[in-house]
Amino acid sequence: MTETSAQTRSIIVERQFPHPPERIWRALTTPHLIAEWLMKNDFEPVEGHRFAFRATPIPGWSGVTNCVVLKVEAPRLLCYSWGDGTESESGLKTVVTWRLTASGGGTLVRMEQSGFRPQDEAGYRGMSRGWPGIIERLEAATA
Amino acid sequence: MLFRSLADPTRRAIFERLCREGEKTVGALTARAGVSQPVVSKHLGILKQAGLVHGRHEGRQTHYSAQLSALAPLIDWTSGMTGFWQSRFDDLEDLLKRMDQ
Repeated sequence: MTETSAQTRSIIVERQFPHPPERIWRALTTPHLIAEWLMKNDFEPVEGHRFAFRATPIPGWSGVTNCVVLKVEAPRLLCYSWGDGTESESGLKTVVTWRLTASGGGTLVRMEQSGFRPQDEAGYRGMSRGWPGIIERLEAATA
Repeated sequence: MLFRSLADPTRRAIFERLCREGEKTVGALTARAGVSQPVVSKHLGILKQAGLVHGRHEGRQTHYSAQLSALAPLIDWTSGMTGFWQSRFDDLEDLLKRMDQ
């Protein structure tokens, strides 16, 4: 994680995969494949395309993440906005950028979600899937 | 107090269920907790004391809900978001292994 400015923060997750960029690109841009590792969606690899990720709704969150495809450069760069389900002034307005770099016979995948503002903590609380990890860490801390 | 209240697996399961599914009565929680209603009530009492659960009285029933804000002092929320993506990467890794060449 890095500070991009005084106001916003980014999350960066990187991982090396033993697969060619083309295969990873398919997993990142094919709706039924995206659904297997991220969420149900109506993504299309077309710049300007509006789509949504849909998770199970929980109290305080509709489960919908509204997005717009910002950049598609197969098989190395994919960028989409990652907003909340309401598009309200208080909602999350972040950008997710995927970079695929061929390296060591495989691919280095780098995900950056940028544009978190201090008040986005509420949006984070709505992301239910973050919670099991936190509970696990609490468990580890008490062991 | 927070750590102790979530260290017990039954108690944690009750708390996680309230996080996932929202407000519930003791009866509804007991139906799937695998322990008796007095035991569930005792766990709820401990969660309430820790500020993790709030009870709302309505008629003769009490509806319990999770108070996620009680966990706030314990966690840096951006590290939790990173955890969200780490677990998505784990699922992506599984999918890539299954995909044909």
